[in-house]
Amino acid sequence: MADSSKSRDTVARTLVMAVLTSLVCSALVTSVAISLKPAQERNELRNRQQNILAVVGLLEAEGTIEEKFENIETRVVELSSGDYADDIDPDQFDPISAALNSDTGIAIEPEVDVANLKRRANHARVYLVKQDGDVVNIILPVRGAGLWSTMYGFIALQPDGNTIRGLKFYEHGETPGLGDQIDRPAWLAQWEGKLVYGDSGAPAVEVVRGQAPEGSPHQVDGMSGATLTGNGVNGLLQYWLGDDGFGPYLEKHWSTDRG
Amino acid sequence: MADKLGKTLTDPLVDNNPVTLQILGICSALAVTTSLLPSLLMSAAVICVLIFATAAISLLRHQIPTNTRLIVQMTIIASAVIVVDQVLKAYAYETSKQLSVFVGLIITNCIVLGRAEAFAIKNPVGPSILDGIGNGLGYSIILIAVATIRELFGSGKLLGQTVLPTAAEGGWYVPNGMMLLPPSAFFIIGLLIWAIRSWKKQQVERPDYQIHEVHRTEVL
Repeated sequence: MADSSKSRDTVARTLVMAVLTSLVCSALVTSVAISLKPAQERNELRNRQQNILAVVGLLEAEGTIEEKFENIETRVVELSSGDYADDIDPDQFDPISAALNSDTGIAIEPEVDVANLKRRANHARVYLVKQDGDVVNIILPVRGAGLWSTMYGFIALQPDGNTIRGLKFYEHGETPGLGDQIDRPAWLAQWEGKLVYGDSGAPAVEVVRGQAPEGSPHQVDGMSGATLTGNGVNGLLQYWLGDDGFGPYLEKHWSTDRG
Repeated sequence: MADKLGKTLTDPLVDNNPVTLQILGICSALAVTTSLLPSLLMSAAVICVLIFATAAISLLRHQIPTNTRLIVQMTIIASAVIVVDQVLKAYAYETSKQLSVFVGLIITNCIVLGRAEAFAIKNPVGPSILDGIGNGLGYSIILIAVATIRELFGSGKLLGQTVLPTAAEGGWYVPNGMMLLPPSAFFIIGLLIWAIRSWKKQQVERPDYQIHEVHRTEVL
């Protein structure tokens, strides 16, 4: 009550209040963000592991996530050569920050950058799902621009390096109700059994507009109201399964069974 | 006095409900009410933001310069929302993913700035917090009612537990798919407003203007 509204409306008081409010609020937000970071990172790791299990249909199986992960071998691959790079610890490897560093990442040429990524790391993680010592599925991380932000997901392939086992996105910012149909189990289920590579050897698997022709080996139904999200899915699959992505790796290690 | 404080808390529940009377906060009420659990979490988040924001703004009400008060209020509200969002990401990760952008959008929920500007900036801390809780609860009641109807009839479940066994799972209930789409929330909120105004006639607004016939001779 001591202050009349006149004295608090001076330029100096206004500035002091503005600075103080900003300082206190930013200190509050920063300290909360930093102190909660470990818990959030744990959740994200768990979420990523759950999605890796879900893409090969193992999430519903018996056992804890840790137990199921004992059958999944994580390795790092050098994308350009397609060779395993076992000198890099898969647990420490961070593809996003590696992409930004000029020693560990490259700028993607605009004409091949169909996923609109701008940069990628030289290396990438792959997850090999094993059963009695044999690899039964290969899981590859994919990401690319959607309508609003980057979509992150996994695609699982059969050991022929061509037949799709499953696709799943674990982080995206697509429009609720339209683009977020990429999360719908019914839409995702269509991917199983589709073939990635066409006769030319380039990735041919794609989301079409409207309904995919019956029995098509490469095409899945579009999502109504979400054409641009579908285009984003096409772009990221084309990039990561193509020559600039995991193409050389799949060719080198998994193409022996390919028809 | 105690009676007046009580009214500050209970008035926004039905008589002055932010959603059904003031038609505020509709966007999130449409978006998060497909099932009950996210709605409960969203309600809790809005109540927390309201308590923090109204308390802080009320405490500072003699210090906040009048000419920049909206910006100061928004800064405080935005900070509260970010804090709530971070806490949800740390401790309620799965549900916070379902809420996606809508927690962040509490910043633009008109109820929060509305209570700050209409009440907290002019009243002591205690009543301001009660007013914030009251309005948060008023918003929550509508959210929970809408979400209960939508989850029950849209997927035959409540809080993920099957109540009406659906035909797809061998039961008898054929879910109403429209309930899972945003327009159904519009219809339900519309019907709720109708129901409340039939019960509480004083909420019915007067028509803005009335067309009455004028004879040409009168004009002349």
